[in-house]
Amino acid sequence: MSVVSETVDWFSRAATWSGQDGIPNRLLEHLGYTALTVGVAAVVAVPLGLYIGHTGRLRGLAVAFTGAIRALPTLGLLTWFALIVGIGLTAPITALVLLAVPPLLAGVYSGVESVDRRTVDAARAQGMTELQILARVEVPLGLPIILGGLRSATLQVVATATVGAYIGLGGLGRYIIDGKASSDYPQMLGGSLVVVVVALLIDGAWALAQSLTSGRRTRVLA
Amino acid sequence: MSLKKIGALAAVATLGLGLAACGGDPTEGDAAASDTIVVGSADFPENEIIAQIYAQALEAKGVKVDTKLRIGAREAYIPALEKGEIDLLPEYSGNLLSYFDKKATATSEDQIEDALDDALPSKLEVLDAAPAEDKDSLNVTKKFSEEEGVTSIADLAKVKGLKLAANPEFKTRSYGIPGLEKVYGIKDVDFTAISDGGGPNTLKALLDGKVDVADIYSTTPSIKENDLVTLEDPKNLIAAQNVVPLINKSKASDKVEEVLDAVSKELTTEDLLDLNAKNQGADKVAPETLAKEWLKEKGLV
Repeated sequence: MSVVSETVDWFSRAATWSGQDGIPNRLLEHLGYTALTVGVAAVVAVPLGLYIGHTGRLRGLAVAFTGAIRALPTLGLLTWFALIVGIGLTAPITALVLLAVPPLLAGVYSGVESVDRRTVDAARAQGMTELQILARVEVPLGLPIILGGLRSATLQVVATATVGAYIGLGGLGRYIIDGKASSDYPQMLGGSLVVVVVALLIDGAWALAQSLTSGRRTRVLA
Repeated sequence: MSLKKIGALAAVATLGLGLAACGGDPTEGDAAASDTIVVGSADFPENEIIAQIYAQALEAKGVKVDTKLRIGAREAYIPALEKGEIDLLPEYSGNLLSYFDKKATATSEDQIEDALDDALPSKLEVLDAAPAEDKDSLNVTKKFSEEEGVTSIADLAKVKGLKLAANPEFKTRSYGIPGLEKVYGIKDVDFTAISDGGGPNTLKALLDGKVDVADIYSTTPSIKENDLVTLEDPKNLIAAQNVVPLINKSKASDKVEEVLDAVSKELTTEDLLDLNAKNQGADKVAPETLAKEWLKEKGLV
């Protein structure tokens, strides 16, 4: 039997869909890790991004810093953190947060920056405070780009959260890591396909959110 | 043409040349001259050290030797052996058997040797096995061993909510979770898969007390360094993994066999532990040097 037909077979087995090792449970775990990671990354990156975008300060530093972080291999970070804090959630989530912060930070400050300076000046001339300018002008107008940052951060995390399985985490990575360990290639391919489908679905959802908000943008401008 | 374009072209050209220069594929190679033995090794330090020992021992007795070391895993080097691209490689008996016979049930040293003779493809054979073994071993901390009174795998049956860390394949392999239940009656093991082959992450989980038992290869220096207790395996759950030279029959002349048998006779698990410790410790002694020193120490060269 070819790997393809064996993979179809893997998907059709009842055991693939039930219990701790079943796709529903692994998928939930995976989405949980992703949500937690993007959440923590947002807590760090959003306020920082808004500050940088609004004031223009620290921009050079942010560009250099996020560029450097992007170059770090997540698997290496993960094993290193696990050596410091041990196995569990902390090490993989920290490694993934470092992966999610750069695109998110870039999205937020670019979004805020992208707003026409004349619009911002007009808001300021009307007597808006800096916070009001940020909340009522810059964020709504820059939202499609900010969401773009969230979109690319989520996509990277959904795909990369699979590495957590390397040090004992659950999630969809289990199929890839376990499949490789026991030369069970149908399981590996099956698990990878689930990751691909989930990533595409989530990316599609973000794309939809982005297009909805850019629709509002034109209305605001009109 | 702009300066930028010229620069880009030059870069592409250099890169192309560079790639062409390192285009040699280690598994491809041309079949070596018939009187030369090509020694290969799997892609991890211990195997490379043993391969170096084979190579240098043969060379010292006037056999022409070529080396192609660190060729990935079995899936890569066994086909290379069958095709004659390499001729000789250090192997581990139990795992070698299960590579050729997925359903193999033999676990003791003798059973495995017998089964291997039948399972190997006609072109290949294994020579005498060394006493040296590198196999999965279940380890606990000294503290756990004393507090729970555990010195053998059989003792684990009385530990409630046992937590165990190992490579992911431990979950499904016959020597793993299924074997613990079938052979020793150990049930409901809380299993954590850590993919570093009993490396630093697995060790830390054990030392931190996040797990009670860790599967660490028996020749890993960390077992000694951390005073771990390796559990006895009275029912031979974990298959024997003696080091054996796997060789292409056409290259196994009497002289070659004689040299390799002499090496295998001397090679012990203690030796492997010692060699690995020197290779991975602070000094990072190269496999080539370690092999030379070992052969001299044993009076084989």
